[in-house]
Amino acid sequence: MAGATRPDDGACVLDTGALEQLIELLRADGYRVVGPQVTDGAIVLGTIAGAGDLPAGITDDQEPGRYRLRQGTSQALFGYAAPAQGWKRFLFAPDETLWRAERTDGGFRCEEEPPAIGRTALLGVRPCDLRAVDILDQVFTRSGVVDRRYQARRAAALIIAVECTQAGGTCFCASMGAGPDIADAANCGADIILTEFLVDAGPLLLARPASARGAELLAGVPGWRAGAADCEAAAEAVKGAARSMGRQMPADVATLVGRSLDHPHWADVAARCLGCGTCTAVCPTCFCSTVEDSTDLAGTTAERRRRWDSCFTLDFSTLHGGPIRSSGAARYRQWLAHKLAHWWEQFGRSGCVGCGRCITWCPVGIDITAEARALAEREGRTDANH
Amino acid sequence: MAITAPLPLPASNPWQTSPWRISHVRRELADTFTLTLDPPADAADAAAAFQPGQFNMLYVFGCGEVPVSISGTAGEGGRLKHTIRAVGAVTGALQRLRAGDVVGVRGPFGAGWPIDDAAGSDVVIVAGGIGLAPLRPAVEAILHARERYGRFIVLYGARSPEDILFARDLGRWSSRLDTFVDVTVDRAAGAWRGNVGLVTALIARVGLEAEHTVAFLCGPEAMMRFAVGALAKRGVEASRTYLSLERNMKCGVGLCGRCQLAGHFVCRDGPVFRLDRIPNVFQVREL
Ligand SMILES: Cc1cc2nc3c(=O)[nH]c(=O)nc-3n(C[C@H](O)[C@H](O)[C@H](O)COP(=O)(O)OP(=O)(O)OC[C@H]3O[C@@H](n4cnc5c(N)ncnc54)[C@H](O)[C@@H]3O)c2cc1C
Ligand code: SF4
Ligand code: SF4
Ligand code: FES
Repeated sequence: MAGATRPDDGACVLDTGALEQLIELLRADGYRVVGPQVTDGAIVLGTIAGAGDLPAGITDDQEPGRYRLRQGTSQALFGYAAPAQGWKRFLFAPDETLWRAERTDGGFRCEEEPPAIGRTALLGVRPCDLRAVDILDQVFTRSGVVDRRYQARRAAALIIAVECTQAGGTCFCASMGAGPDIADAANCGADIILTEFLVDAGPLLLARPASARGAELLAGVPGWRAGAADCEAAAEAVKGAARSMGRQMPADVATLVGRSLDHPHWADVAARCLGCGTCTAVCPTCFCSTVEDSTDLAGTTAERRRRWDSCFTLDFSTLHGGPIRSSGAARYRQWLAHKLAHWWEQFGRSGCVGCGRCITWCPVGIDITAEARALAEREGRTDANH
Repeated sequence: MAITAPLPLPASNPWQTSPWRISHVRRELADTFTLTLDPPADAADAAAAFQPGQFNMLYVFGCGEVPVSISGTAGEGGRLKHTIRAVGAVTGALQRLRAGDVVGVRGPFGAGWPIDDAAGSDVVIVAGGIGLAPLRPAVEAILHARERYGRFIVLYGARSPEDILFARDLGRWSSRLDTFVDVTVDRAAGAWRGNVGLVTALIARVGLEAEHTVAFLCGPEAMMRFAVGALAKRGVEASRTYLSLERNMKCGVGLCGRCQLAGHFVCRDGPVFRLDRIPNVFQVREL
């Protein structure tokens, strides 16, 4: 964690003015800077013109099925937990044309639709979300066939991560090993890692370079070399987040879920779940998609679009004769078992980073950690009955 | 100012479909037909290298794309056959195509039948309905190197005598002294003198030495569940039983997530699986 930062590893301290200059530097370099901002009562991600667009002094309350912003007790720039959306939309387009085809004399010609890709700086990526980006990198670029649209967007992205100094009520990144600190700076996927700490004059940011590009950028902004006291203050702030984490995932959840595929509890969840798919839409690691082929009225041109999809739809598992997962229980099980168990078989790690979004944004407040615990408890009871 | 960076393109675009021309359409059954497809010049080699059991994604202009197994080859030049049952929008559109029309092809994808690993063993093939299509190239490959295998058995079940697919091929295989073919139908009227009943009945009575036998299965999932049970009863181990599965597929290459079956991507890790690697498939409902 930030506590491991030594004053001599290129770390510096930035004030709000220096952050402003960093953003200006990026913009001058052709980057669109995307960061958190307040829109319609939620912290969402969008283009920012400067540090002034960040939600200074705002904090959030997140509980199952409940999200609310309020004035915080400080002027912190990053004093809130996971924003309403993850960052995946900037790397994996929610809806895009993959190719267009045109009829020719001899048949048709199919041409890739070049993705519009601009240099994008992602500012304020939390440790859980940074881990989620690495998970998507693995899915799309390190598991066999490469998704080159994802790869191109990822290559054009620069990531400025921010360690968490305030955990939300639905967060459980610590038990997923994904936060609130960034343990392995060199391999985390970010270019710069910021840690916010407060002094009387306002918020300061400990800034650590995590890539050559990040070091180059930091060299161009007016900060001062981080001293032992700065590193200490930053580390303390992160420890505070670890202590205030609202939730926890059982440690053995992967094997627990793996052996509970026939558990009666799935029907229990299904009775509450609306099957709306909100959880999959807000989850920063959900990567499933569908394609849609269409043609113009004359039938001379065609296109293929790709859209985010959800395992909660019936269409998702449809075969001739109907969907394989026709019950809500089977679809909820697919979502939870994929995240927490099957992901290990596919990718050697969990597909959940503990951001808590699926809990906060579920309209009926279904809590993935509570459902996992319920599986364990009811399993215990079943065993006891035998 | 947004800079549109040049795409750092990896070698190939998995979504690119290439136009293959239909050289021949054969009506197999009332609802089933075989398309023989001629590859474009730049795809002939890739096609020739397919493994029995692999599939292609077939695209009908503007209508949609579906996974279809390769059901055979035709002559030189990388021509491939696909045998399709018209059941819905895209397979229906495929049925309306004629020789000379063009189909988009991506593939071949997936893991096929372990033809080489089965060398030295007896092989029993169990197919139901259209499930014979992905098995036909496996049968041909085994017959092509018949001396490498022990006993060779083909068991096939269809709904009715009118639904028997590849009757000519079944007859040809059956006329060989080194191959045992047995066919059954669920129900029959009139002149049918063959077996009536489920394919499991054929499994129950066929002569086989379980410890030397490798089984390849493809058919409706319910039929495979019963067939797997019947084979197990005969002593054929799950580690020697292979089956081809179907799931909804959009990409065919492990990117869209649609085809997931527990920890597997059916498109990439299958569609042919060794039964002991997917132990849950017949035990957990709606997996
Ligand atoms: C690996 C593999 C190999 C196959 N090989 C053959 C074959 O050799 N011959 C053959 O006739 N059929 C084969 N199928 C089944 C074929 O893909 C479906 O019949 C086809 O997708 C139906 O599409 P549709 O638009 O005509 O039907 P609709 O009912 O209109 O399709 C609706 C949706 O369901 C999907 N869908 C429906 N049935 C299936 C299915 N059985 N499998 C996967 N997705 C389905 C479609 O892709 C579409 O998304 C294979 C399927 C898989 C997965
Ligand atoms: S499953 Fe829920 S908590 Fe886990 S990463 Fe997805 S949205 Fe976040
Ligand atoms: S768990 Fe909640 S968010 Fe997810 S589909 Fe069910 S009701 Fe919607
Ligand atoms: S079909 Fe897309 S992952 Fe298998």
